[in-house]
Amino acid sequence: MYRTVCSSLYQARLAANRSVINLSIPKNYKSTLVLIEHKNGKLSSSSFNAVTAASQFGFPVTALIASSPSTAAAIATQTAAIAGVSKVVVAKSDVYAHDLAEMIAPLVVETTKAGGFTHIIAAHTAFGKNVLPRAAAVCDASPISDVIQIEGVDTFKRPIYAGNAIAQVKSKDPVKFITIRTTAFPAAAASGGSAVSEDSTVAAAQPLAQWVSEEVAKSDRPELASAKIVIGGGRGMKSGENFKMLYDLADKLGGTVGASRAAVDAGFVGNDLQIGQTGKIIAPELYIAVGISGAIQHLAGMKDSKTIVAINKDPEAPIFQVSDYGLVADLFKAIPELTEKISK
Amino acid sequence: MSGLRVLVGVKRVVDYAVKIRVVGGKVETANVKHSMNPFDEIAIEEAVRLKEKKVASEVIALTVGPAKSQETLRTALAMGADKAIHIETAEGQDVQPLQVAKLFKAIIQKESPGLVILGKQAIDDDAGQTGQLLAGLLNWPQGTFASKIEFTDAAKKILVTREIDGGLETLKAPLPAIVTADLRLNEPRYATLPNIMKAKKKPLEKLTPSDLGVDLAPSIETLSIAEPAKRAGGKKVESVDELISKLKNEAGVI
Repeated sequence: MYRTVCSSLYQARLAANRSVINLSIPKNYKSTLVLIEHKNGKLSSSSFNAVTAASQFGFPVTALIASSPSTAAAIATQTAAIAGVSKVVVAKSDVYAHDLAEMIAPLVVETTKAGGFTHIIAAHTAFGKNVLPRAAAVCDASPISDVIQIEGVDTFKRPIYAGNAIAQVKSKDPVKFITIRTTAFPAAAASGGSAVSEDSTVAAAQPLAQWVSEEVAKSDRPELASAKIVIGGGRGMKSGENFKMLYDLADKLGGTVGASRAAVDAGFVGNDLQIGQTGKIIAPELYIAVGISGAIQHLAGMKDSKTIVAINKDPEAPIFQVSDYGLVADLFKAIPELTEKISK
Repeated sequence: MSGLRVLVGVKRVVDYAVKIRVVGGKVETANVKHSMNPFDEIAIEEAVRLKEKKVASEVIALTVGPAKSQETLRTALAMGADKAIHIETAEGQDVQPLQVAKLFKAIIQKESPGLVILGKQAIDDDAGQTGQLLAGLLNWPQGTFASKIEFTDAAKKILVTREIDGGLETLKAPLPAIVTADLRLNEPRYATLPNIMKAKKKPLEKLTPSDLGVDLAPSIETLSIAEPAKRAGGKKVESVDELISKLKNEAGVI
C-alpha cells in the first residue's frame, strides 16, 4: 500500500518539476532527510557524521527525531543547533522510546511522503542498519549501505567484500535510502545552526514488537565501533588476564580494546570484541595491534584506521606491511613501558 | 510445542578466507572457493537447534542464486535442514537484496513459516539489508543482530536478544517474525560424512524468479569496482620513546 503511494507520488512530483525547469536541478524538489540517533536525552556521535553526509547533497537538510515525549525537547534543541540543519521535525510518542524499527520505519516513510524528500540518510550503526532498510522496502527502494563517499545525487562509493573492493554504484530509485559509514564523514559542528523546529503530524504506528530490557556495557570506555583509539590484542597476548595491560594503555589514551579472531577463539576475550571480517569493522584515528600477526580477515576490520601501529616480536609478521609505525619488540615489555611513558 | 516451521535463508559466497582480487573492474569469482555465508551457517544452526529442542517441526533452507548454489543448500541439509528450495538465477546475474526479499516473500506466502532466520549480512556485498527489507515487505516484526532467541507466552511470542552498539537489548514480538543472526548466536556444527550422504536424499525444490512473478531488474547499477587504496606501511621504529614521539609529533594522534 505504502509502496504504491510512495512511488507514484514521487514520479508525479519529479515529472512536474522536470516539465517546469529544464537543465538545472530544481532546488525546490530535492531535499534531504536525516534520521537522528540519540540515547538518554543526548545525541549519538553518529548523528553529527550523518548530518555532514546529508549536507553534501547540497539540498536543505531536515532532521527527523523520533523520541519519547520526555526527551524530545532536549534532543530537538541539540539537533537544531547542529550546523547545516535547516529544519527539525519532532515525532513525540512513547512508542519511539526504544528505537524499535517497527515504529520508526513507518514514521520515516510517512515523513518522506509528506515532505517530498529524495534522500533519506542515517548512520550505518545498529540503529540505522535496523531501521532504514525496513523503511526503504515499504517505498520499494533498494537501500545503499555503508556509503563511504557521496559522488553525486545518485552516485556513491561503498566497500564490498569486507573492504577489499570499493564499488561505485548508481541508484535509479526516485527516493534514495542511504546509511553512511560514520568514520568516512567528519562530524558536523554541534553549534552554529539555527534550525526551525516543528512537531510531526504523523500518527504513531501500532506497536508490532515490544522492548523488554537492555544490558548496556557499564564501561566508561568508548564503544569499539566508534572509539577514536583502539588497542587490539591477538594470540601473542597468551592469556585473557594479560589483556589487562591493554586496558591500562587504553584508559591512559582514552581508547578501548578489541581483539583478533585468534584471541577470541583462544578464549582470551568475548567475541563482541572481535575486529575483522566477521566481527566489527573499525576505522579509529589510532589502532595499535599488539601480538597480532595480521591475517587478511583481521586486516579487513581495521585497515581503514588513520594510523596503524604494530607491536610484534616477529619482524616478518604481515601486520608490519600495513602499519605506519612498527615496533619489533616483546609486547610484555613494550606495552607497560608505553603505558608508563605516555602522558595525556 | 510443535508445529513451528522455520525458513532459513542461505547464500553461496566467496569463502571468507579467500583474498579476493579485482580484475578488469570486477571481483574475480571464477575458480575461487565458495562456501556458505558464515552468518547463514549460524542461522541454520539456530533453526536446527530449535528442531532438536522440539520447538520447531520443520526447517526449510532457501537460497537464490546460480546452479552451484545447490551445494550450499546440500550443506544446509547436511547440517539438519529438512528440505531445501532453490530459486535459480542465471550465472553472473546481479540479484540485489530487495529482489531477494521479494522472492523470499513469495516463498513465505506459499510455505507460511512461523519464523524466518537469515544471517545479519552476506560477506560479499556486505549490504546487511535482506532481513529488514523482508520484514518491511511483510510488515512482520524484526529481531536483527540476534545473539539469543527464546520463546514465551505459550510459544506464541519470540524473545530476541540483540547486539546493539554498546550492549544488548531484548525485544518481544508475536510470531511470525524475522530474525537475523549475529556472530554470537551460536557455534555452527560441522556436517558429518553420514549426514552429508543423507542430505543427498533430502528434497530440493527448484523454482525460477518468473515462477514467483518477481522481476529481478535491479535499481542499483554498479558502475565500477576498484581495489581500495593501498596503505604505505612498513616504517619501523627502534624504541617505545621513538614510537611515542612519532605518534605525538608526526601522526598527531595522541
